[in-house]
Amino acid sequence: MIATESLSKRFPRVTALDRLSLDIGPGVTGLVGANGAGKSTMIKILLGLSPATEGRAEVLGLDVATSGGAIRERVGYMPEHDCLPADVSATEFVVHMARMSGLPPTAARERTADTLRHVGLYEERYRPIGGYSTGMKQRVKLAQALVHDPKLVLLDEPTNGLDPVGRDEMLGLIRRVWTDFGISVLVTSHLLGELERTCDHVVVIDGGRLLRSSSTSDFTQATATLAIEVTDTDAHPDGTKALREALTAAGVALHAGEEEGLPGAGHILLLDAEGEETYDIVRDTVAELGLGLVRMEQRRHRIAEVFRAEAPADAERPADTHRPADAGRPAQEVQSR
Amino acid sequence: MNHDNRTPAHAPLPAPSAPLGTKAPAPGQLPAQGGGEQTRIHNIGYRSYDGPRLGRAYARRSLFAQSLKGAYGLGRSAKSKVLPMIIFAVMCIPALVMVAVAVTTKLNDLPVEYTRYAIIMQAVIGLFLAGQAPQSVSRDLRFRTVPLYFSRPVERVDYVVAKFGAMATALFILTASPLLILYIGSLLAKMDFSDQTAGLAQGLVSVALLSVLFGGIGLVLAAFTPRRGFGVAAVIAVLTISVGAVTTLQGIAWATDNLGAIEWLGLFSPITLIDGVQTAFLGATSSFPNESGPGAGPGAVYLLTVLALIAGSYAVLMRRYRRVGL
Repeated sequence: MIATESLSKRFPRVTALDRLSLDIGPGVTGLVGANGAGKSTMIKILLGLSPATEGRAEVLGLDVATSGGAIRERVGYMPEHDCLPADVSATEFVVHMARMSGLPPTAARERTADTLRHVGLYEERYRPIGGYSTGMKQRVKLAQALVHDPKLVLLDEPTNGLDPVGRDEMLGLIRRVWTDFGISVLVTSHLLGELERTCDHVVVIDGGRLLRSSSTSDFTQATATLAIEVTDTDAHPDGTKALREALTAAGVALHAGEEEGLPGAGHILLLDAEGEETYDIVRDTVAELGLGLVRMEQRRHRIAEVFRAEAPADAERPADTHRPADAGRPAQEVQSR
Repeated sequence: MNHDNRTPAHAPLPAPSAPLGTKAPAPGQLPAQGGGEQTRIHNIGYRSYDGPRLGRAYARRSLFAQSLKGAYGLGRSAKSKVLPMIIFAVMCIPALVMVAVAVTTKLNDLPVEYTRYAIIMQAVIGLFLAGQAPQSVSRDLRFRTVPLYFSRPVERVDYVVAKFGAMATALFILTASPLLILYIGSLLAKMDFSDQTAGLAQGLVSVALLSVLFGGIGLVLAAFTPRRGFGVAAVIAVLTISVGAVTTLQGIAWATDNLGAIEWLGLFSPITLIDGVQTAFLGATSSFPNESGPGAGPGAVYLLTVLALIAGSYAVLMRRYRRVGL
């Protein structure tokens, strides 16, 4: 789908991309990096709108330097910022954009109706976009990127500004773009947590350089960590302690270390969920003790940990200084986004 | 990814037993088993598009057509049709009245020259431009829609050419329609055919030049004022202040017997530029004081100024969109 070879982009004062070599196959690929890591520059180059300083890039087998027009005909792009006129309806707008992609009038209308339905816009598509919620606007933005049935879509921060439910819906939709529509996706984000559920493959760039590129399953190992929080009762004034003892007695391996630095961290138990039966044991144990179960959630080994592991190698810049959103904060923040 | 097994968008509904194409069928998409015709599949899942992609030239034409229609409010809300339609009517009604008078009283000449009509109606033309130029370009800038165009086969030059062309064409329709009404009326009144045809041709050349010049100026002003209201104000201000200043100074020059200055002062406002060009080359009677419009020599300067302004507008627009692209 996308291949770059020591791709560099230098501006007079900054180096946006530094000898980046990538090979991205079909599927959903996450492009992760902090703000200013070079994600948007990368998209501009891939669309053939900005020449690379050196190196080369191919999209769908076409050279970006010479075949920009052909690439843009078969690639969809969803920008990060607002880009929708407030005074026209979603239907009119997407039809117009379909025609700008070269679709004949009838096909443009048919594809618009189909695409808006697929992204989950129904009756409201005839109303002016100005009255839409952020979630609906994001769907229209996605629809205009898909309307011409591209082979690949480039989505720039598609979950920006959405509430948690909206994010989950958008991520589900992005997943479907590949699984149901067969359109490959390159999605950028500065939030690592959301990509591990959506992407088959994650590319991490930082300061224009490739930090890591591998499949999501490599990032997040199979065994999940369970986080459990319970209430205290009269019978068990320290419910957490009681549960810990009971679970140890039941033969469940608890993590020695606890999450630090979070309010209430001392009340959260972490354990390895080796299979379905672990969940049952926890449920039964909590029920026997008569405790209230406040939370039981999966804590997968997060992509964020990649940064922690790799940061020391990247000696000149410690990870925390340029990735405060994720690395600086413990996992829970990312999870409960 | 395998595109080959996806159903073409325009193919008839697949036979019930045929593979429905998409990799993972949507919930409603159950393979009907021998159900025959009555099992209609309503949710047919995602359909790919294998039809024609008409490319850049088609997109440019579509953008031109959409912008041109938009200038008259077609394809937009009912509210946005009101102003351009009223202006169009106001532009044509005087011509209709003149024609009616000419036909009934059997005049031998039209009361107004073809080349003079647009000069008389300049305020109406300015109003149309002030309303529609911001509509055409400010919206895309303000809502930041421009990157969506440039991420498609459309390129910067296509966008600028389509918008410029559409604005000039909209103005040409506005200014040429009354001339056609006058021409048809003059023939109905049995005026001299060759005189009238020549007059019309001169008038059409003049308003064509006017349309491109005004279109360019209006779009440049609008492209630098992303708020629509400011764009309207800027266009009106530039047109009225320039023409007001020029006519005032020309009046002063005339009153002080400075007749030589009159023909050069006309260079400083769009409508007097057109007036000068048509006086010099299109047989028009100058509307300058004392009818002291430019002769052929100064007229060439007028024409060059007009052409330079048009080329300049285009260059400024191209620069402007280089900065806002993606």
